[in-house]
Amino acid sequence: MALPERKTDIGPPHYKQFMPPVIVNNYGKWKYHEVLSPSAMVHVAESGDKLWTVRVASPRILATDSIREICDISDKYCDGHLRFTTRNNVEFLISDEKNLEPIQAELKEKGFLSGGIGAGISNVVHTQGWVHCHGAATDASGLVKSMMDELVDYFTTKRLPNKLRLAVACCVNMCGAVHCSDIALVAVHTKVPVIDHDKVKNMCELPTVISSCPTRAISPDPAKKSVKIKEEKCMYCGNCFTVCPPINIKDPDRDGIAIVVGGKVSSLRTNPKFSKLVIPYISNEPPRWPKVVAAVKHIVEVYADNARKHERVGEWIERIGWEGFFNLTGIEFSYQCIDDFTFMRDTLRTSSTFKW
Amino acid sequence: MKKYDTPLLDELEKGPWPSFVTEMKKAGQKNEMANDAVGHLEKCFSTRIGYWKHGGIVGVLGYGGGVIGRYSEIGDEFPGVAHFHTVRLNQPSGFFYTTKALREICDVWDKYGSGLTNMHGSTGDIVLLGTNTAALEPIFAEYSSRGWDLGGSGSDLRTPSCCVGPGRCEWANYDTLDVIYNLTQEYQDELHRPMFAYKFKIKAAGCACDCVASLARADMSIIGTWKGDIQIDQAEVKNYAANGMDINSEIVGMCPTECMSYDGGELKIDNANCKRCMHCITKMTKALQPGAERGATICIGSKAPIVVGSLLSWVVVPFIKLEPPYTELKDLIRKIWDWWDDNAKPRERIGEVIEMKGMRSFLEAIGVEPQPQQIKEPRKDPFMFYTDEDIAKFKANEAEEKKTGVYKF
Repeated sequence: MALPERKTDIGPPHYKQFMPPVIVNNYGKWKYHEVLSPSAMVHVAESGDKLWTVRVASPRILATDSIREICDISDKYCDGHLRFTTRNNVEFLISDEKNLEPIQAELKEKGFLSGGIGAGISNVVHTQGWVHCHGAATDASGLVKSMMDELVDYFTTKRLPNKLRLAVACCVNMCGAVHCSDIALVAVHTKVPVIDHDKVKNMCELPTVISSCPTRAISPDPAKKSVKIKEEKCMYCGNCFTVCPPINIKDPDRDGIAIVVGGKVSSLRTNPKFSKLVIPYISNEPPRWPKVVAAVKHIVEVYADNARKHERVGEWIERIGWEGFFNLTGIEFSYQCIDDFTFMRDTLRTSSTFKW
Repeated sequence: MKKYDTPLLDELEKGPWPSFVTEMKKAGQKNEMANDAVGHLEKCFSTRIGYWKHGGIVGVLGYGGGVIGRYSEIGDEFPGVAHFHTVRLNQPSGFFYTTKALREICDVWDKYGSGLTNMHGSTGDIVLLGTNTAALEPIFAEYSSRGWDLGGSGSDLRTPSCCVGPGRCEWANYDTLDVIYNLTQEYQDELHRPMFAYKFKIKAAGCACDCVASLARADMSIIGTWKGDIQIDQAEVKNYAANGMDINSEIVGMCPTECMSYDGGELKIDNANCKRCMHCITKMTKALQPGAERGATICIGSKAPIVVGSLLSWVVVPFIKLEPPYTELKDLIRKIWDWWDDNAKPRERIGEVIEMKGMRSFLEAIGVEPQPQQIKEPRKDPFMFYTDEDIAKFKANEAEEKKTGVYKF
């Protein structure tokens, strides 16, 4: 069969054609919203019109047939309208209140997991991992699944002092906003890369490789027409591997997971913050990563027990101090937690007023 | 179709959270590529290492971005994923869909690809995971003829994205959906034909809540804000109090600038000292609304840590009005790209170039005056650049002061 005629540079379709009439009619004229439950909210327009939203989790990787199942439900209760959130949730947009109970009942019956609204844990922003990335040091989807199986109550029912944003990056490139999450996992390498010299000389541009190293650990190796790495200077960032695949940094026994906490992107109350390292290394243990999951759950629980209402993880830690955080969680403080790279000056303590 | 034994992945089909393994197997039941992707992933889990090669150069005619080449090192063992390219489709602003549109996307993808998707990728695109080189042109013809275009990849303008904005949020200080649609249409060439030193991301958030994480992961972060007084409905304030809200502890006590007061009667705000953080507005949305003069703050430079550390975007333009056709914003973007083009080494993001060349060089190039809103605090060291013009200006001011007898600082 002949293909249709291709068009170029048409850009995305205009969003308004996909919106339900209640949105088109009240566009930019919303007055307020109320969170009805962790899985439902209602937005009320200046006109008095209302739009109900029911949110369900998705595993981000969706088979086309699952998208069609989501469509079936939307056709039945939402006149065929829905949206996704920036954190990979599905939102059913309901214009008629009488559909609110039935859609929730049907979603439950069909095994969808409703929740993620308000002061709890929403879906997890994450990277591709072993499913589809060349640089992955672990599997992001597997970590998310393992972690959320354990924390699922905070998605569906249990509440926290404020939102708690989780993220997973399968290497230090950190695609997505992992570096500003309440709690994030980042897969790390811990060993100097192994160079396949024969391939380097054919596949890589040596000046690019040398300049890719942030600690200047890489220098030319003229005899081999390749490069060499000064081991004590390597921080295992993998940037050389990114520009030159035969410099292999992956190592199944040494790659692991680090945990960073206390980041946020909103400016509510306090300024946006980076997440900071608290656990430098846990072995990479698919398929369930039990120690990583236990560590995250522990941090969530200590936060839940100790933070004040509306405090994000980072705000709570700033109030009690990082020494307070390590005390309360019992996490062992390690050398890696002290910055010896670009942020050292900003992060060392310069006062004798700290807590024991 | 080959049946793979997947004891490790099977573990990830247990438990209450929706399982990506179940999704992959579901696609694998009717698609050879997805089936092999399951076997391939099981092998990664058993050996604890990945087998994807670095991306290759593949794409559609006339475009340099939008498709990410992906090949497996062990394609002989898993022929269905020997080629397993990603296609990025540019999402509609705000991720709104009709089921008709989604079904159409699915039908085309089932015909040519693995049937696996990400709704959505980190940048915002609809990510279609896994197809082969021969299918790329047909995929593009099918989608583009139905009104869908490819997103960005590589050293180009990445697919711009935004929060839900005025579509469903009372806090949108400008039309995030329209700005993103408009900019995406304006910069189709930059989006589809990589011409930059590295990637450039634009994300539009309607307020300081920043639901699109713009400040953390966009070279240009557009954050909605306002001028003027927060609008207060005192009757609704009373309702919040009557419904059990402890306004002094939850609102007044958590205001970062201590600019609010409440004595059980009226809620008062010293607006001159408000820094518009949104805490009070988000907690009392029926009672409080942003001020009437709406616009945005433009921040520049954020990126993830590779390689000398993460950056958050820096305030460059404290306030800009954003109304169609967004001429001022577009002029600014062009100037930013010109300066970046002139100064960046390969793989240098704009934030890194500003660090190297200095904020002054950047501000002068884009025609923005220095303002205290751009900094947390002034410099601490006494090593600074003076131009002859700077000194001439200082001297001229002093000469004027001598004449008038009045010092101006």
